[in-house]
Amino acid sequence: MTNFLSLRRLLTIIRKEAVQMRRDRITFAMMLGVPLMQLLLFGFAINNDPKGLPAALVAPAQDRYSRALVSALELTGYYRFTHPQVTAAEGERLIATGQVSFVVTVPSDFGRKVMRGEHPQILIEADATDPAVASGAIGTLGTVAAQALLRESGTEAEAEASAAQKLDVVVHRRYNPEGITQYNIVPGLLGVILQMTMVMMTAMALTREIERGTMENLLSMPVTPIEVMLGKVLPFFVVGAVQVMVVLTAAKTIFGVPFVGSLWLLMLGVLVFVMALVVLGYVFSTLARTQMQAMQLTFFYFLPSILLSGFMFPFRGMPTWAQWIGETLPLTHFLRLIRGVMLKGATLADIAQPLLTLTGFAVFFSLLALSRFRQTLD
Amino acid sequence: MTSPAIAVTELTKRFGSRTVVDRVSITVQPGEIVGFLGPNGSGKTTTIRMMCGLLTPDAGSGRVLGHDILRNQSAIKREVGYMTQRFSFYEDLTIAENLSFVAGVYGLPADAVSETLEDLGLTSRRAQLAGSLSGGWKQRLALAACIMHRPKLLMLDEPTAGVDPKARREFWDEIHARAATGLTVLVSTHYMDEAERCHRINYISYGKLISQGTVAEVIAAAGLVTVILRGGRTAEAQERLTGQPGVDQVAHWGSDLHVIGRDGPALRRAATAVAIATGARVIEAETSLEDVFIQLMGASTDNMP
Ligand SMILES: Nc1ncnc2c1ncn2[C@@H]1O[C@H](COP(=O)(O)OP(=O)(O)O)[C@@H](O)[C@H]1O
Ligand SMILES: [Mg+2]
Repeated sequence: MTNFLSLRRLLTIIRKEAVQMRRDRITFAMMLGVPLMQLLLFGFAINNDPKGLPAALVAPAQDRYSRALVSALELTGYYRFTHPQVTAAEGERLIATGQVSFVVTVPSDFGRKVMRGEHPQILIEADATDPAVASGAIGTLGTVAAQALLRESGTEAEAEASAAQKLDVVVHRRYNPEGITQYNIVPGLLGVILQMTMVMMTAMALTREIERGTMENLLSMPVTPIEVMLGKVLPFFVVGAVQVMVVLTAAKTIFGVPFVGSLWLLMLGVLVFVMALVVLGYVFSTLARTQMQAMQLTFFYFLPSILLSGFMFPFRGMPTWAQWIGETLPLTHFLRLIRGVMLKGATLADIAQPLLTLTGFAVFFSLLALSRFRQTLD
Repeated sequence: MTSPAIAVTELTKRFGSRTVVDRVSITVQPGEIVGFLGPNGSGKTTTIRMMCGLLTPDAGSGRVLGHDILRNQSAIKREVGYMTQRFSFYEDLTIAENLSFVAGVYGLPADAVSETLEDLGLTSRRAQLAGSLSGGWKQRLALAACIMHRPKLLMLDEPTAGVDPKARREFWDEIHARAATGLTVLVSTHYMDEAERCHRINYISYGKLISQGTVAEVIAAAGLVTVILRGGRTAEAQERLTGQPGVDQVAHWGSDLHVIGRDGPALRRAATAVAIATGARVIEAETSLEDVFIQLMGASTDNMP
């Protein structure tokens, strides 16, 4: 065993890497700064409720109730009725072409139902392809509409007041089968942040030694490929742990993302994901000859993994070929895992599939890296 | 145990279509200090790397400390101390951290580091970053680090390049002291005075080993005759001598002119004639190692590709 993996040598390499990591101020700052920056950038995008979004109104009756609703909605600032009087078909076309973000439909029997104190309904169709756009506007909807009705009814009739309480706002989020809300972004962001730092840093692992000329010395000593690999990737688990804490704390305190699942299950998922990431980065560093090349390889990988993993666009909404590519990316499986655990309270059995897939990635990348590692300078 | 420390035959290494090391055979006996000489780019580093398991030869075979250089590279790495041409310890680690790294990798006891620091006289500067050391100190640190695990064989690649004369002297004293205790040393250099401090030398040029033996043997094998022209109009004498039959090299040494060639009688005839014409005296002299190497270099450029 000592020929392939000696604990003493492994710890020696880990210690050396940790010291170097700590001394490299800029890189170290980046490892903690990047997640914070990304969180705030994306978080800002989430918090920044876009106002005055174009809306269309489908209200065949055009009675005082629907007028009251429209003005109340406009008062929230979210809605701007650019098309105040359209047919259902026109509304459909407007939202499909993206000319409006919302179509508000007030059925013709709305006024009658209000007066009778029955269950009045309005339908709001939201273009939820960009969840950040739709969420704020939708969130305020129910109360606004109900208050508008109350005000309108004034002292006239009890029935109308109770109708306001019974008001049923039906919301259809369109074009977004997974029903992404703002909560979906922060957990996803954890995956993206981890991926960015873990892969990029480990991609430098060997190329840095080569460029600084220290590789020759390292290789002339009795270190084995597996010791070098583990020694160089293991310190990043600590970095990853710090990033996870930062993101989860921010998710809870700043963005109020609910955490319904098990923390241990989440940690298990993160551990396996980070394992896959650091060895993937290490594979890049065995392929590249310079740090520049390692960087390029990393970015070549980032692009599809951000676009096709389900982070940016809903996975099931993508064309089949894109889904196939998506399946080959660790981030895709991690997103399923973390969204499952954080938002849906998934159990171990629920996330077994992504967990196993990520483990498979980690093993595959490790073998690839070890087969690529050159023990000589040839 | 009289088997050689190094015994390699016909080592060959190509980079692309260029043959950088061409059928080089070297034998080094235990306890010897062997010099490896040659101009820049002649293949010294490449040869050393093949012998310490860092490069795989394209052809040839051999043993280092009894281990096959093709099959048992890891055993060689454990037992050989290799000092790279360029300082290749971690500049962003302190002196002590670099040494502990080496100690950890070779599985040395914990006090090895403090002992080495003590030996080096660096205990007070243990927390200094290696990158901030001067050339001479870097070289001492590198040497200390590669003998920490008490190797039986040291391979030093131009260890004294860019080091001041006093530090060089101390370095060689250290090497000789170690060799006296049985350490075998192969050292590459292009300083002539250092070559003369070696028990034996190997001279390589454009990848080919063209001379080996003791300094005296190498000089004798070259078969050169040297005469000195002293006094007179030296500049004119040099001009007249250059290109004369029998004259291969004409070089200024202070106010003297060294005239060197393989054909003794022809050389002496030409030198005497010019000496008379320029008012100089002719003195018989010993051929120096440097003269030999310049001669060898001139000869081997002819069979360059
Ligand atoms: N990895 C390499 N790839 C291509 N050419 C190389 C490589 N290493 C060395 N060389 C070439 O081989 C020749 C010999 O180099 P080297 O062994 O370093 O010579 P020396 O140590 O005697 O100065 C040089 O011309 C150098 O450019
Ligand atoms: Mg060299």
